[in-house]
Amino acid sequence: MSFPADKRIDVRASTCRDGKRRMIRRLFMNETAVPEASRRVTIENSLGLHMRPTMQFVDLANQFRSRVVVRKGKHAVDGKNPMEMMLLEAVRGTELEIQAAGADAEDAVEALAALVKSGFGEQ
Amino acid sequence: MKLSDFFVPEAVIPELKATDRNGVIRELTASLAAAVGMDEAQAAAISKAVIARENQGSTGFGKGVAVPHVKHPAVKRIMATLGRSSTGVDFAALDRAPVYIVVLLLSPPDNPDQHLASMENIFRHLQRDNFRRFLRQASTKEEINENIREADELPGG
Repeated sequence: MSFPADKRIDVRASTCRDGKRRMIRRLFMNETAVPEASRRVTIENSLGLHMRPTMQFVDLANQFRSRVVVRKGKHAVDGKNPMEMMLLEAVRGTELEIQAAGADAEDAVEALAALVKSGFGEQ
Repeated sequence: MKLSDFFVPEAVIPELKATDRNGVIRELTASLAAAVGMDEAQAAAISKAVIARENQGSTGFGKGVAVPHVKHPAVKRIMATLGRSSTGVDFAALDRAPVYIVVLLLSPPDNPDQHLASMENIFRHLQRDNFRRFLRQASTKEEINENIREADELPGG
């Protein structure tokens, strides 16, 4: 039994409708739609997010115009600020959520998540 | 974890003699080594490693503070101390500004989680404007250590 075609949820269509809704809000309600993106990652290198990887992360985050926030549970820090990033105490196994808001949000979270997954060139 | 768990108060230097980065690292390492009974050869090896680490990337994140550190086999337990410079030291900090408060952190190689916990602790306090201001105004070892004790007693540690 196949699901009727007209009842299927078309992801592209729904995104398109979202886009339209956002545009309408922007036009009539003076709201600016800021693209947002997020990725969940787990710290895999044994030394954790110590200072050198933190600098790599911050340097990469600063290449994007989007605002970058990194969350560990309820604790959220500015992903472009190394001092704040050190407060995450992200040891191996820590789950983080990388969030970005801005025109290049998707590219930013993609690149930052890939950096974390690479283990920062460590084991 | 509290600052007093790994801070060595006797090793605090209220007025650093050295005015350059490597000199400051050597001075603080020697002070820390002497306070915990490490010999001079070990202290020299450790300060060399701290300098090598610092050359890979500045630990001066701005706001007039730097946290030079290293994981070294000669270090048996995590320890830190603090030096203050009233003239300021060039640490090639991110904001290019001179550094007035230097926290030296030495960790054994086999406990990365504890190393990160200590870093978190140090930066949580250094981020507070009041803590940095009090440290910069302190002129004696006792005053600096009192500030460190008081920081530990703040709600949320």
